Amino acid sequence: MSRRIFGPFNRVEGDLEVQVEIADGRVAAAWVNSPLYRGFEQILLGKDPRDALVYTPRICGICSVSQSMAAAAALRSAAGATEADNGALAANLVLACENLTDHLTHFYLFFMPDFARADYAARPGFDVVAARFKAQTGSAARDMLPARAAFLHLTGILAGKWPHSLALQPGGTTRAIEPQEKAQLRGIVAMFRRFLESTLFDDRLEQVAALDSAAALQRWAASHPRGDFGSFLRIASELQLDALGRGGGRFLSYGAYTLHGVPLFASGIWDGGLSRFDAAAITEDISYAWLQGQPGAMHPLHGCTFPAIDKPGGYTWCKAPRLDGKVMETGALARQVVDGHPLARDLAANGGSVLARVVARLLELARVVPVMERWIAELQPGAPFCHQTEMPDDADGIGLVEAARGSLGHWLRIRKGRILNYQIIAPTTWNFSPRDAAGTPGALEAALVDTPVGADGTAGAAVQHVVRSFDPCMVCTVH
Amino acid sequence: MADRLTLLWLQSGGCGGCSMSLLNAEGPDIYATLDVAGIELLWHPSLSEPSADEFVALLQSIVDGRQRLDILCLEGAVMHGPGGSGRFHMLAGTGRPLRDWLADLSTRARYTVAIGSCAAFGGITAAGGNAVEASGLQYNGTRGGALLPAQWTSPGGLPVVNVAGCPVHPGWVTDTLAQLAQGELGPTELDELARPRSYTDHLVHHGCPRNEFYEFKASAEKPSDQGCMMEHLGCLGTQARADCNIRPWNGGGSCLKGGYACINCTAPGFEEPGRVFTETRKIGGIPAGLPSDMPKAWFVALASLAKAATPERLRRNAVVDHIVVRPSVRRSK
Repeated sequence: MSRRIFGPFNRVEGDLEVQVEIADGRVAAAWVNSPLYRGFEQILLGKDPRDALVYTPRICGICSVSQSMAAAAALRSAAGATEADNGALAANLVLACENLTDHLTHFYLFFMPDFARADYAARPGFDVVAARFKAQTGSAARDMLPARAAFLHLTGILAGKWPHSLALQPGGTTRAIEPQEKAQLRGIVAMFRRFLESTLFDDRLEQVAALDSAAALQRWAASHPRGDFGSFLRIASELQLDALGRGGGRFLSYGAYTLHGVPLFASGIWDGGLSRFDAAAITEDISYAWLQGQPGAMHPLHGCTFPAIDKPGGYTWCKAPRLDGKVMETGALARQVVDGHPLARDLAANGGSVLARVVARLLELARVVPVMERWIAELQPGAPFCHQTEMPDDADGIGLVEAARGSLGHWLRIRKGRILNYQIIAPTTWNFSPRDAAGTPGALEAALVDTPVGADGTAGAAVQHVVRSFDPCMVCTVH
Repeated sequence: MADRLTLLWLQSGGCGGCSMSLLNAEGPDIYATLDVAGIELLWHPSLSEPSADEFVALLQSIVDGRQRLDILCLEGAVMHGPGGSGRFHMLAGTGRPLRDWLADLSTRARYTVAIGSCAAFGGITAAGGNAVEASGLQYNGTRGGALLPAQWTSPGGLPVVNVAGCPVHPGWVTDTLAQLAQGELGPTELDELARPRSYTDHLVHHGCPRNEFYEFKASAEKPSDQGCMMEHLGCLGTQARADCNIRPWNGGGSCLKGGYACINCTAPGFEEPGRVFTETRKIGGIPAGLPSDMPKAWFVALASLAKAATPERLRRNAVVDHIVVRPSVRRSK
């Protein structure tokens, strides 16, 4: 039995350290540490609630719009207000733009370069993989970055800039568009579709979205070898990524891209069967966090965040969120499983894996782009984009959205016109949670168990694949 | 071919948004920019392969002088808390505060560059009561002297170059790196807060699409209105030092084009305006923050004159979200 520390992990957003106990060349237990504390929940105390729209996007440079959207939703719920139809469409378009951009960035910049590591140099076909995906020098990132930047022009039009926009408001969005701008938005999405269909998938998005089982995916991969997705599937099959990083099989989604109260991707919980999600069942536990001030696990509306760096037993700044006391995995895989997509359900039948998480992200690219085309068609220039909203002096608010990495919630209490309490649970807080009072490990901590690392922990890149398969965002995790 | 300049990019008390913005660089993109400038990326958190031990070994080799470092970039604030210990950000895998690594690395790097307002001045991370004891590399808000003393210059002879912004525009970073690589960034190219004058010689007001509304004091009253946002909605574009409305964001955007106020994010202390960000503080009905370099008496006189002369078209268009009165066509007789 030996211990080893992995860190800092790069190609994740923010700083991350993972400690593992090794037995027989495999991970026997893992502890995940988020080593940066910034204290956003403290910063917000006593502020005017509207200022949350400036501060919270700056929790995270990669999920900035998601944070905006959750803050705007929390303010909207506190005010009992509604958003203009155009504003709701525009906000969903901007959120989809960020989420899909993040999926693409994860695949090309964060995840695939690990297969070009020297660990794999002896594998057949390595030279081709390295030429395409090697960090900094591979051709894939050079193809992807211009497509990514051009896609973000959509946010340039609808929200001024990315990241850190103030366009998303409780009553809608601040930027009304003119009729000709609909054509510009359509053009931007068409260019993005072309990149995905020619470079990533080598197929129509609709064909990818229609894949309905692991077997169908395998057949499809054999007939679409030219795209980067095909390359990944070939590698995944050789390295058996469907058996690596096995999850606990409990998935959470708040429901994504809501219009008129109806989400595009359903809200719910999946643990082999589907059940309703109840926000009241969420608690946060601080047993192993360097935090104090809570007597036990608490609902976020009443939780607090006071650092206590020398707390005995503490090993991270991250709290441990639980739903009905249980560990949940969140993200694109959870979203697609809860929504009932047959391919995602099939891939997650064993609890989820590195393969399943990566495929679910790319599946979302294929499923969401056609919906964005529809939303653009539904925009009505001339009709309002933003309703005026008066903030109440005393109210509670809750804002739940689906960010690229999964379920993001803001809980807000306003008293005498000021923020009395503001608590945030980010997707990676769920996924990279530490142990709770009962000693139950978080989702990544559990998924790392059994990962082959060699006797001294230096062999192979498997740990890298498992960690990055969650697409962690550490700056959101602790905030 | 001459030796390429080496660049190391680290992150601390920030959101990573400046790196994400940098990846938005277009025509040329970030890789082409570095290639053309002759810069070799030793390591960047989003772009590089080495992780964990390989990366820590790289840092150590720079500190030991075995690896040359020309440009050190920090994104995010320097974290001094709690109690001056630096433990709010221990660099993973090293058991050592990142702040202490930065102190060592800055003695080796020919130039040190703060990327974004957090690294320059403390920024958003220093908001509230700054319980985390965040600072910039060489500034603590507007005060000089932080991790590095006020009079400090790098081995290359420059103070910390403060590419301030929240986030930075990708062009501000790529221009600054290219100028450094060419040896064209001297002390005279930096403003009084050591920000590159390439973008801070401008005001956000320059090129603002709402200029005509500003001229006639036709003001927006609520979010999504088209009018000038200075009078009611907290806009600081007439004071903020940046070229945001000359150099487009994400194709053609900017905060003002997006329909929301400039919050002066390139300035130290922008994170605590002492009022609601999106509401203008007024004294006697007049905005407390006047346009840069404008005497108050003149502003008041011109503003009242302009208000009296506001064309009906601007008066009406200012308070709605799309054009309802078009410019008239002057017909020749």
